Amino acid sequence: MRYSGFRIFKEALTGHKGWTPAWRDPDPQPHYDYVIVGGGGHGLATAYYLAKQFRQSRIAVLEKGWIGGGNVGRNTTIIRSNYLLDGNEPFYEFSLKLWEGLEQDFNYNAMVSQRGILNLYHSDAQRDAFIRRGNAMILHGADAELLDRAQIRREYPFLDFDNARFPILGGLAHRRGGTVRHDAVAWGYARGADQRGVDIIQNCAVTGLRIENGRCTGVETARGFIGAGKGGVAVAGNSSRLMAMAGMRLPIESHVLQAFVTEGLKPILPGVITFGAGHFYCSQSDKGGLVFGGDLDGYNSYAQRGNLPIIEDVAAEAMAILPNLGRARLLRSWGGVMDMSMDGSPIIDRTPVEGLYFNGGWCYGGFKATPASGWCFAHLLTTDQPHPTATAYRIDRFARGTMIDEKGVGAQPNRH
Amino acid sequence: MIINHPLLGPCDAQEFTYLGDASLLHRPDGLADGAAQAFFDYAYLRDNPAGLHRELWFHEQGDRSWLVVTRDTLTHEITQVELASNVARREGRSR
Repeated sequence: MRYSGFRIFKEALTGHKGWTPAWRDPDPQPHYDYVIVGGGGHGLATAYYLAKQFRQSRIAVLEKGWIGGGNVGRNTTIIRSNYLLDGNEPFYEFSLKLWEGLEQDFNYNAMVSQRGILNLYHSDAQRDAFIRRGNAMILHGADAELLDRAQIRREYPFLDFDNARFPILGGLAHRRGGTVRHDAVAWGYARGADQRGVDIIQNCAVTGLRIENGRCTGVETARGFIGAGKGGVAVAGNSSRLMAMAGMRLPIESHVLQAFVTEGLKPILPGVITFGAGHFYCSQSDKGGLVFGGDLDGYNSYAQRGNLPIIEDVAAEAMAILPNLGRARLLRSWGGVMDMSMDGSPIIDRTPVEGLYFNGGWCYGGFKATPASGWCFAHLLTTDQPHPTATAYRIDRFARGTMIDEKGVGAQPNRH
Repeated sequence: MIINHPLLGPCDAQEFTYLGDASLLHRPDGLADGAAQAFFDYAYLRDNPAGLHRELWFHEQGDRSWLVVTRDTLTHEITQVELASNVARREGRSR
């Protein structure tokens, strides 16, 4: 069924009896050409682009719970392409371009809203670093604009410009960045993949990988063995656990990242805003809640919930630029488990096991990467070659010393 | 989280800095054969278990001792806390 304004009109007149489920609930078949492990944003996007762009058939997505129940449902919904390094920026710009056409492409309202992102700076050194990053972005075809205090004051008059410790001196605006309705991304990709014949199999945890003579021939699951021509793993957060089934140790630690939302308020925050003197970012959801987040809790965790000190820390940072946030009540907080890689950048690559491919290490930048991650992983699965924008995301880069370390903090995953 | 320091008693985890897996106590020998591979493993690869995890915490805003904390990464429950120097000696290091 194709969604359209006409369809809504027709259904409204006929008692909404014509709507069908957005995707089927098939039983697993004994063998598929491509088995994608992980029914999150990246896994579903991979299946979608495999079926649509690379015209592969007989594809399954295996999900241990329900689709979109992991990190694609636990993020702060921000999309952007404002990276500095050559290994990253072309990939994220590719992703942002895919976001821009996504809703037409998969015929689903994902509420892509390019409301702009503003990174504030609070010192001269930081201004210089932002100018450098802005230039790098422009060189890769993204947009960047340096704003001074007066310009920011016009757009965000309610910020605390004269904070004694961290006065706002200016900011780097990235107008094409913004937010997306995160669940709709999973649902849209699932529906698009399903329409092209992909079997989305939920409640089907992978319990083992069958590897014969160095080749992956299928996966053991809670619903029996499923044979696979090629297997793609996209289970960020649990990558170490899954790849351990193939005997691999990864350059990844799992960490918990918390996010927060206030009660619904009238429109106040026009775009996404980030604090430059710490780690805090905030946007307003379409329901009116202010959605914000900050640093990791900082210790290994698979718990999907964090502790109070980081809440206090994030709240203090919020108050440093958005004093009016102090009057809003916090409605909810939640935690997601992040694949924190050793250089803060992701991995999309083959593995030493033939027929087994790995996509993970997204740190806390996985949501914005969803379309490009799916596309590039589908490209790799189909052609055995990395996509031109993802050539740097090799798993052996740590051994070769060619890390992509945006923050320059070294092999300390909780600092990225 | 509360970390029960073996010398100081219960302390708030906020007083500590986290380093990571306690295997980092055993730095490879840089002059041994295969040192490059050993250092790659040491610096970059992690077991990253879901469950009990032995990890290094530094009491930065306390007595500046290093601790080996055994903590469940699924529940955050801490089951054992030892001085890292004791652990290192027990596991064969000279200091």
